[in-house]
Amino acid sequence: MSDTALNQPSASPAASELPGTAERSAPGPVHHKGPGPAESGWVDPRRRGLGGRALALHRITGLVIVFYLYLHLAVLSMLLIGRSAWSSFLGLVTAKSFLALEVVLIGAVLFHGLNGIRVALVGSGIAVSRERAMFWAGTGIGIAAICFAALHVMGALS
Amino acid sequence: MSTPDQSPTGQSGPHIGQTDTRRLRVFRYKRGDGRERFDEFEVPVGPQTTVLDALRWIQLHRDPTLTLRHSCMHASCGTCGLQVDSREELACVCAIQDHGAEIMVEPLANLPILTDLVVQMEGFFARFPHEHPIIRSSEPPPDVEHGDPMEAHHAEVLLHHRHRAAPLGADFMRLEDCIECGLCLSACPVASTSHEYVGPAALAAAERLLEEPRGVRRDDVLAWASRPEGVWRCHIGFECTQACPTDAIPAERIMALRRELTFAHHGHEERER
Repeated sequence: MSDTALNQPSASPAASELPGTAERSAPGPVHHKGPGPAESGWVDPRRRGLGGRALALHRITGLVIVFYLYLHLAVLSMLLIGRSAWSSFLGLVTAKSFLALEVVLIGAVLFHGLNGIRVALVGSGIAVSRERAMFWAGTGIGIAAICFAALHVMGALS
Repeated sequence: MSTPDQSPTGQSGPHIGQTDTRRLRVFRYKRGDGRERFDEFEVPVGPQTTVLDALRWIQLHRDPTLTLRHSCMHASCGTCGLQVDSREELACVCAIQDHGAEIMVEPLANLPILTDLVVQMEGFFARFPHEHPIIRSSEPPPDVEHGDPMEAHHAEVLLHHRHRAAPLGADFMRLEDCIECGLCLSACPVASTSHEYVGPAALAAAERLLEEPRGVRRDDVLAWASRPEGVWRCHIGFECTQACPTDAIPAERIMALRRELTFAHHGHEERER
C-alpha cells in the first residue's frame, strides 16, 4: 500500500461523527435565581425586587397559615382526651414565649390578607398603576394593626 | 483599541477618581466542559464605562474565549441582556459606576445557556402567540404621487423593502416598545417554576394585538391568553416591568388582559346570550 493511500481518509466523516458533536448538541444548563432547584428560586429574596419579595412572603405566610390550621385542629382534638390535658395545655399557651408566636401568626395573617386584597384587585385589572401605593398602604395598616395586636396579646392594654 | 492600561472606554490619565479598577466575576460555561464556574478579572474603568465595555476589554486583553452577544451598543437591539449583580440589565447601558467594587455578571435566567453569557433565545421567541402573528402588515404607505416629496421617497423605499420581504411572507415586525431582549422572562419568578408559562413578553405582545388587532380576532387572542399557561400563571410580582429596559410595561399589559378577560370579555359573552 502506498503512502498516499495511507494518508488519505477513507471517507469524509458525517457532521454527526465529528469529535465533540454530542457535547455541542446537548442542551445547556438553565440558569436560575437562588440556591437549590429552579422551582425554589422564588424563595430567595436577595435577587428580587419589592414585588418578588411580596410574592415570596405571600406564599410563605400562606404556608404558615395552612400549617397553623392543622395545628389548631390537632390542639382542639386534645379536648377529646379530657379536662386535665386541656388545662395543662392552657398553661403552655398562656406563656409569654407562646404569646409571642401568636403575634407572629397575626402578622402572617395580616400580611397575607392585606397583600391578598392588593393581588386580587391588581390581578383583576383594577388600580394596576396604584399597585405599589397599595402595597405600602397595606404595609402601613398592617404595622399599625400588629402593634395594637402585640400590645393586646401581651396584656399591655389590659 | 484601548491599551491594557486604559479603561475600556479609552479613559486614562492622572485624573484621580476618574479611572478606577473593578473586579468582575464572570460566569463561564462551555459545552462539553460539564461544569459552570466564575472567572475573576480586574478591569480598569472610567466614569462612562459600561458592563459591555468591560466585558469587551476582557475579551481583548485577558481572555479571548469569553463569549457574549451584543450588537447596537445603545439599547435598541436587546441582544446584550445579562444579569449584573443578579439584576437584569442591558450590558451596553449598564454603568459600571453604579455598582460596587466586585460585580457579578451572569447570563439571563430561565433560558438554556449556549456558552458563557450567551443564552439560547429560541425558547423565548417560541412563546409568542403563533396563532396570531406578530409579523403583520404595517400601515399603508403615504400617497406617492400627491403627497410630500420626502414622504414619497420613503414610501418608495418602503415598497421596495416590502417587495423584497414578500417571499418571507411578512412585512414588518411590530411590537412597539418591546425589543424582545428576554430580560422580563429572566426576572419573572414564575418562569423558573413553570417552563410552560408563556411569560411576560409574549403576553404583552398579545395585549398589544388587542389594542391594534389589524384583522386578528380579539376572541382568538383572549382564548390564547387565557390558557392555563397564560395570564393566570402570573403571580403579580411586577418584576418584569421593573426589569424592562424600554418601558414596555409587560406586567401592566398582563393585568389589562386579565381585566379584559374578567370584565369586558365576560360582558361580551353575556350580551351574545
